[in-house]
Amino acid sequence: MTTLTKPIRKPGQLRLTGILLIAFFTVLSVIVLTPFVSMVLTSFKPSNMVIRNGFNLKFENLTLENYKYLFSGNNEYFRWFGNSLFLTLVQTVSTLFVSAWVGYGFAFYNFKGKNVLFVCVLIVMMIPFEILMLPLYREIVAMKLINSYIGIILPYLANPIAIFFFRQYLQSIPKEIVDAGRIDGCSEYGIFLRLIVPLMKPAFAAMAIFVGMTSWNNYLWPLLVLNDSKKFTLPIGLTSLMGPYGNNYMLLISGAVMSVVPIMILFFSAQKFFIEGMSTGSVKG
Amino acid sequence: MNLKLNSQKIAPYVFVLPFVLLFGIFFVYAIGSTIVMSFQSVNIGDIHFVGLENYRMLLNDSTLPIAIRNSVIYTALTLALLIPFPLLFACMLNNKAMRGSGIFRAILFLPLLCSVVVAGLTFRFMFNETDSALVNSLIINGLGGDKVRWVSLQWPAMIVLVTLASWRWTGINVVYFLSGLNSIPVELFEACEIDGANVWQRFRYLTVPLLKPTIVYVLTISIYGGLAMFVESQMIWAGKSSPNNIGLTIVGYIYENGISQGNLGLASAIGMILLAVVLVINLVQLRLSGVLGTENA
Repeated sequence: MTTLTKPIRKPGQLRLTGILLIAFFTVLSVIVLTPFVSMVLTSFKPSNMVIRNGFNLKFENLTLENYKYLFSGNNEYFRWFGNSLFLTLVQTVSTLFVSAWVGYGFAFYNFKGKNVLFVCVLIVMMIPFEILMLPLYREIVAMKLINSYIGIILPYLANPIAIFFFRQYLQSIPKEIVDAGRIDGCSEYGIFLRLIVPLMKPAFAAMAIFVGMTSWNNYLWPLLVLNDSKKFTLPIGLTSLMGPYGNNYMLLISGAVMSVVPIMILFFSAQKFFIEGMSTGSVKG
Repeated sequence: MNLKLNSQKIAPYVFVLPFVLLFGIFFVYAIGSTIVMSFQSVNIGDIHFVGLENYRMLLNDSTLPIAIRNSVIYTALTLALLIPFPLLFACMLNNKAMRGSGIFRAILFLPLLCSVVVAGLTFRFMFNETDSALVNSLIINGLGGDKVRWVSLQWPAMIVLVTLASWRWTGINVVYFLSGLNSIPVELFEACEIDGANVWQRFRYLTVPLLKPTIVYVLTISIYGGLAMFVESQMIWAGKSSPNNIGLTIVGYIYENGISQGNLGLASAIGMILLAVVLVINLVQLRLSGVLGTENA
């Protein structure tokens, strides 16, 4: 193949194309990174300057005051941080388990009504949450789950995207494993728990990132469900600092920076799973 | 009983049971109650049917057209930017002359890691209306122009919202298109090249047709994302209503009526209109991508 393509593209031309492409993406990267830089830089500036100047790229009046206050413990920030960690963890583990459980049913059995049910999964996947938020809110109120994390987790516990993804993944696992398990006397549920779950590790990793990140950053639904500032998650806590009379920009900007840190660490340590997890929606049956 | 529960006839239903329950309670019931409420006047302790009154009120409502117009313009602009450019970037990153494409892909992806709260906050202050905020200072010092009142005027506000969307979503769309491109055999491109097709012809007659499923998918999620946009605008105007409703979206209007003013009947009627639009898009998308036709596992 290489000998065939050589006469068409000269090496010099290829190198020039490469340099132009790298130059282009370097410029693009600078533009993409600018908001991050301006945010981090502003988190080191006196908070009264934020209202006057907004975010900019000037290195002036840098101070550690905001972070000193953030870590001082005289605010609720780390309570919210802890709440977010707790909620993300519980929501991710429970959603993954329930969705894998359901996905296994779709992938390894034939049963009456299967196709209809699977179309239902697709439909849920395609209706934006925003359309359902009012009736869901009323249901959560009626179920007395307002201001509880269960109320946040429950409606999307059987996450359609995760079900879809796990079903796709499980279809590539040979059915003989299940038959072997049955011969060895495993129950139908034992087969799933003891034989299949260990095989799903890569799928769990990708989905953990998808569900975990969605949960960590989720705003609208927790905003409706939670009303006690002791239970606030980070995004809601941060926006509560933006009140009309609030002069909490000290905490707001430095807190916003800190809220991105855990995800950044996770991203750079597991980039492959991240990109796979976040792009699973495009996997087509 | 135990034996029965373990049979291969019963087990699949036990596996899909959590979905069936949650689907019934939170999805079917939610849609059903939206339909019912859209024909009701819902106040605390007083719920009664009013027929088509909510829909009639919406016909005469002067704010709803503004909300619809904003959502539609926003959706159209995000589609115009967030499909061709990520597709182009993906092709460029996929070029065999390109080195270090993994790093650039990761950088383009970074904005998605921010919550909409943090992203919205950052853009609000970058597009602050003072001279010294980032964007205005670039316009004044770089282009010699006048400062722009970004969040007070209609089109500048739309630019802020669309820029925010482009910043956040370009990376994931690039990833979608890259994974689509990877499924096209390299030999096809080489054959085209040997046949003397230039870059544009290869893109037009090979890449685009073969990426059609991915393009349809990205198109669909972008339409949903556009029509469902609300939190971004809430962040830009810090939870207050925007001047002359320049930042009001359909979902924002549902929230304002339903949550802030407690008028659930009217809000549900708006929700029904949005639901109808989304369902039509769904059907078109399912037909185009062939998901409905091929599902017989």
